[in-house]
Amino acid sequence: MDDVRVFPVSYDRRIRLTKKMGINPLSRIILLTIGLLIIWQAIVWLGSLPPYILPGPGAVLKTAYQQRSLLLHQGMLTLTETLLGLLCGSLLGVMSALIIAYFQPLRHWLLPILVISQALPTFAIAPLFVVWFGYGMASKIATTILMLYFPVTTAFFDGLRRTNPGWLYLAKTMGGSRWRILWHIRVPAALPNLASGLRIAAAIAPIGAVVGEWVGSSAGLGFLMLNANARMQIDVMFAALVTVTLMSLALYFSVDKLLRMAMPWVNELTCPHE
Amino acid sequence: MIYQVNDTQPCPALHIRNATLRYGQQAVFSNLDCSIPLGQWSCLLGPSGVGKSSLLYLLADIIPKQRQTQMQATISCDADWIVRENLAYMGQDDLLLPWLSVFDNVLLGASLRGANKSSIARRARSLLAEVGLRDVIERRPAALSGGMRQRVALVRTLIEDRPIVLMDEPFSKLDAITRLRLQEIAARLLKDKTVLLVTHDPLEALRLADNVLIMKGRPAKLKAPLHLNGEKPRNIQDTELLHLQAQLLECLRNG
Repeated sequence: MDDVRVFPVSYDRRIRLTKKMGINPLSRIILLTIGLLIIWQAIVWLGSLPPYILPGPGAVLKTAYQQRSLLLHQGMLTLTETLLGLLCGSLLGVMSALIIAYFQPLRHWLLPILVISQALPTFAIAPLFVVWFGYGMASKIATTILMLYFPVTTAFFDGLRRTNPGWLYLAKTMGGSRWRILWHIRVPAALPNLASGLRIAAAIAPIGAVVGEWVGSSAGLGFLMLNANARMQIDVMFAALVTVTLMSLALYFSVDKLLRMAMPWVNELTCPHE
Repeated sequence: MIYQVNDTQPCPALHIRNATLRYGQQAVFSNLDCSIPLGQWSCLLGPSGVGKSSLLYLLADIIPKQRQTQMQATISCDADWIVRENLAYMGQDDLLLPWLSVFDNVLLGASLRGANKSSIARRARSLLAEVGLRDVIERRPAALSGGMRQRVALVRTLIEDRPIVLMDEPFSKLDAITRLRLQEIAARLLKDKTVLLVTHDPLEALRLADNVLIMKGRPAKLKAPLHLNGEKPRNIQDTELLHLQAQLLECLRNG
């Protein structure tokens, strides 16, 4: 009879264990941040590093507070470039994927262009964008678009290409036109893939904007970092870096949340252990 | 007697002539001829992989395109409509779209044709109610059981309102009781349609069919050993039916 009792006991224990391990995401992020800050401070103390090599988290926070209006002003600029780049790049990626998926003969011509867009080293091409589009926002947006165009397009196109064939056959017997089958079946079926692409895009879009500012601009967090670095204001540099990181995290999690809300059926399908 | 050995009475039919399907060197069937009487249920039995589903795909023009696939057939019909534009297909998988509600899944055909949905919405609601799905109309498929999903697929097939209905093992993934219940619903709602039902289950064929066809061999040949009379679905406790089932199983096993 013991065998019979073993299962409920261990099952119960497993549930308790899962509950114990399942800390909510927000407290996890806070714990992680505190841990990283402690390690950072420990490195400063153990290496007795002067502030112009590596300032401690306290010093950086102090600078960030003192320079808050500068950081906010420059940060808003970088955020605007990031969001515009994300929007334009995603739209361009979505349209390219749709064109490649729908017009099959064009596919062989457009796919190499797609790969080239990824093969071009962004750092090398960014100064060219400054020459072409000027010192202002346009060149930063262009750099961002260049960086996220490939992941968005390939992710979405991959989804469009892998529609469940059963759905397509069913649609064919129903007499659906190619365009309507694309719109009603292939596109919604590929949305989870597009979402993966957009998540990656959200994560790398701020990098695109900062790189754009780095190679030629007179404003933005990238410019601020470059400038502070040249003047050995390492604390300002770190304060800008922290701002970019926070911005990227906020952007990523907002995009993730929005995508989940827009596609409620996707979570219904994922395995319970996720 | 509920059955008789098939005597080829001439009645209006759907004809498949010289049907050939090969993948590379391998012929699934070649020069296959077959007539499916209109307004009746024909059930196609045979071992796995013999080409039963392929015959349905051929009729529906949905043969998966692979390299070195050779396919030809002359398909005609004694009624004066084009076969491929007048059939509905229901597969083994329910093929419900996970992002659409039950109701929108049922109206998928209308969406794909850009047709007016409001004219068939009432019929869709009443059919869903008739198969016991009134309360889940706005749910998404993930919230439904296998039997419920297959009922949605059945309603989606019915709403297409096509004279020919091709069914590829539509109930094979369901438990025995659910399967019997769905057979009854399908028999009632598809009463006057021309149905070609592929199945592995001789009892299912005997419950539902007017004609039983057997496909076997490679390249596959078709035999039509049985024509059955009487009301459908037939009672599974009928001893004659059970006797026939044994005969049919023997026939499937030995040829």
